[in-house]
Amino acid sequence: MRKVAIYGKGGIGKSTTTQNTVAGLAEMGRKVMVVGCDPKADSTRLLLGGLAQKSVLDTLREEGEDVELDNIRKLGFGGTWNVESGGPEPGVGCAGRGIITSINMLESLGAYEASEGLDYAFYDVLGDVVCGGFAMPIRDGKAEEIYIVVSGEMMAMYAANNICKGIMKYAQSGSVRLGGLICNSRNVDNEKEMIEELAKKIGTQMIYFVPRNNDVQRAEINRKTVIEWNPAATQADEYRGLAKAIDNNKNFVIPKPLAIEELETLLLDFGLLEA
Amino acid sequence: MLLRHTPKEITERTALMINPAKTCQPIGAMYAALGIKGCLPHSHGSQGCCAYHRSTLTRHYKEPISAATSSFTEGASVFGGQANLLQAIDNIFTVYEPDVIAVHTTCLSETIGDDLPQIFDKAVKEKKVPEGKTLIGAPTPSYVGSHVTGFSNMVKAMAALAAPGGKKNGKINIIPGWVEPSDMEEIKKIAAMLGVSINMFPDTSGVLNGPLTGEYKMFPDAGANIADIKDSGNSIGTLALGEWCSADAARLLDTKCKVPCSILDMPFGLKATDRFVDALRIVAGTSVPEEIMVERGKLVDMISDMHQYFYGKKVALVGDPDQVIAMTEFLVSIDMCPIHIVTGTPGKRFEERIREITAAMNCKVNVRAKSDMFLLHQWIKNEPVDIIIGNTYCKYIARDEDLPYVRWGFPILDRQGHQHFPTVGYRGGLRLLEQILGVLLDRKDRDDPESKFELVL
Repeated sequence: MRKVAIYGKGGIGKSTTTQNTVAGLAEMGRKVMVVGCDPKADSTRLLLGGLAQKSVLDTLREEGEDVELDNIRKLGFGGTWNVESGGPEPGVGCAGRGIITSINMLESLGAYEASEGLDYAFYDVLGDVVCGGFAMPIRDGKAEEIYIVVSGEMMAMYAANNICKGIMKYAQSGSVRLGGLICNSRNVDNEKEMIEELAKKIGTQMIYFVPRNNDVQRAEINRKTVIEWNPAATQADEYRGLAKAIDNNKNFVIPKPLAIEELETLLLDFGLLEA
Repeated sequence: MLLRHTPKEITERTALMINPAKTCQPIGAMYAALGIKGCLPHSHGSQGCCAYHRSTLTRHYKEPISAATSSFTEGASVFGGQANLLQAIDNIFTVYEPDVIAVHTTCLSETIGDDLPQIFDKAVKEKKVPEGKTLIGAPTPSYVGSHVTGFSNMVKAMAALAAPGGKKNGKINIIPGWVEPSDMEEIKKIAAMLGVSINMFPDTSGVLNGPLTGEYKMFPDAGANIADIKDSGNSIGTLALGEWCSADAARLLDTKCKVPCSILDMPFGLKATDRFVDALRIVAGTSVPEEIMVERGKLVDMISDMHQYFYGKKVALVGDPDQVIAMTEFLVSIDMCPIHIVTGTPGKRFEERIREITAAMNCKVNVRAKSDMFLLHQWIKNEPVDIIIGNTYCKYIARDEDLPYVRWGFPILDRQGHQHFPTVGYRGGLRLLEQILGVLLDRKDRDDPESKFELVL
C-alpha cells in the first residue's frame, strides 16, 4: 500500500485536487482510502456526494471508546473508503491532537491491514504544517510520500517551502519523502516555468500542472468530482493525467527547502520579469 | 463520616468521576522502567508531572524514586520539547551514567505532538547516546486509559527492543505485570522450583524493596538486565501475566520475533496459580516438584479449615483489572461472594470476565469498568457487604460504613508489608487468606455478645 499525504497552503485546492485525483485512481481500478485531516471535515464531500459523514472525533465523543471501523468510514465514488478526522469548533480545543487520535484509532481498528486490500491511503491535511498534530501523517510509518499543492502565487510558494522544512525534519529519521509539487494553476504569469524551477531548487519535480477550469467549480456545486460529473470533460482528463503521474511516480526525495532570500529571488526572476 | 455526602440513590452519570479508581499513565510507565537494571526513568513534560509521579511511587514503596524530567516551560510547549529532551539525554548520560534511559511522555508533550522515535534518532545522530547505552520510549498521555495502560506501554517498549533472528536461548520470557517487588521475587522462586530457565521483565525485586545499608545507590544492583530484554526475541516462549498489563508486549514478541505467547491471569489464588504452574510445567517438560505440591497443600488446608468463616461473606472489591479478575476468581473459589466490583481502567472485557467468573455464584453482581469508588460506595449503601478489599483510598469507605478492610492493590500509602510479603502464588494465597481472616475474626470478636465470645475460632 502506498501512503500519500497532500499538503499545501489553505485555500490552494488540496481537498479538491485530492478528491479529483482519487477519483482518477479509482477509475484506474485502485482501491483508495481518503483520510481527511481537517477540522472542517470537508475533505470527502465530492466523493460522498455531500457532507455526509460523521467524523471520527464526533463518533468518539458520542459512542465512547467502543468505535468500530464501519462507524467512521463510508464507501464513496468508485469504491473509495472515506474517513473524516474532524475536530473541535473553531476557537477551542486542539485540532492537532484530534488528528493524532484519529490516525491512532484507524491503526488500532485495522483500517490499514493487508486484508483491507488498499492500494492507497491519502491524507488530506489542513494548511501548512502548523503543529505536531498536523505533522502526524508524516511521522515514520504513516504517510511515506508527500505531494504539495502549490500555485504561482507568492504565499502559496512560501507555504510549500515551509512544508518542506517539516518534511525534512521527519525524513531524516523516517521513511517519509517528497514526491513532487502539484501546480494548481491560478493563471499567474510564467506559472509553470516558475514552479518547475522551484521544484528543481527544492530537489524535486513538478509532477503535474493542473490548468484552471471552471468545470471544477461546476462539479463542486453538484457535489461531485469532475470525473463523476462529466467523464468527458477536458478537466477530467487532466485529473486522470495527475492520477497516472502519481501512480507511476518513482521520484522520491528529501527536500532541500530554500532560504527566504533565494525564494524571493526566484519570484523576482519569474514573476516580475515580464512586467 | 468523611464521605457523608455520598448519597444512597444512584443516578446515571455521563461525564463526572468522583473518587477515581485510577491514576496517571506515567506512574505505571515509571514503575515498569524501574524494573530495568541501571535505568533512569525520564518524564518528557513539565516538572510537576514528574514530581507527582515520583512521590506517588515513593509513598507506596517507601523508597526514593529517581527520575529526570524535560522541564517544559512555556517555550517548550510552543516550540515542542525536542531541544529539552536532547539536552536531558546529554546531561543524564554525562552526569548520572545510567545504562538505560526510559522516556515516557505526558499529556502536554503528546498534545503538542512530540515524536519520541524521531527525537531519539536525532540524539543518536548527534552522538548524545554513548556506545552500549540504550534509549527506550513509550507514549503515555493520561487522558487515555489509566496507570495500567502506562505500565503496559512501557513494557511493550521493552519488548520492542528484541530483534528476531538470533540464536535460540532456551529460556521462557515471563512478563509479570504490575505486581509488587515481593511478587516478582515469588514468581522467580516458583519458576526456579520447577527448574525453568526464565527471562523476566520488568523485575523490580531488589530495586524497590532493598535493604537499608547506609550507602545510597542510585541504581541498585537488581532489575532485568537490558541485554536479557534484548535477547527476549530468542526465547522459546512467553508467559504474559495479565491481559491489561502484559499482553501487548507478549503479542509484539510474537508478531515481531515469532516467540509464541500464552496470556494467563495473574497468579493470585489457587486456580490462577495452578494454571501458571501448569503452563510452566508444560513448557519446561517437567513434572511439578514435591516442594510446590506441599505449598499448594497448605493453601488448600487453610481454605478447608476456615471455610465456615469465608462462606457466603459478601465482598466489595476495587483495583486494577488483571488483579481484580484473579482475586474475584479466588474469592468465588472459597465461597465468598464478591458482589460489588469496580475498576477505574477501561475495557469491556473486564465486565465480561467478571460475569463469567461469578456466574455460578447465587447472587446479583454489580460490576463496572472505567468507573469510580463513589459508585462502589453507593452500591455498598444499597447492599451492604461484610468486607472491602482494595487500595488505601478504600479506608474512607471502610470507616464510613464500618467495614472490615484488607489493603491490597496500588497504591497502599498507610500500611507496610506489601513490598516484602507476596500475595501471588500458593504462599501469597495463604497471606491473603490470613489477612482476610484476620479482619473478619477481629470484627467477630468485637461484635459478638459475651455469651458468644469464643477463645477458639
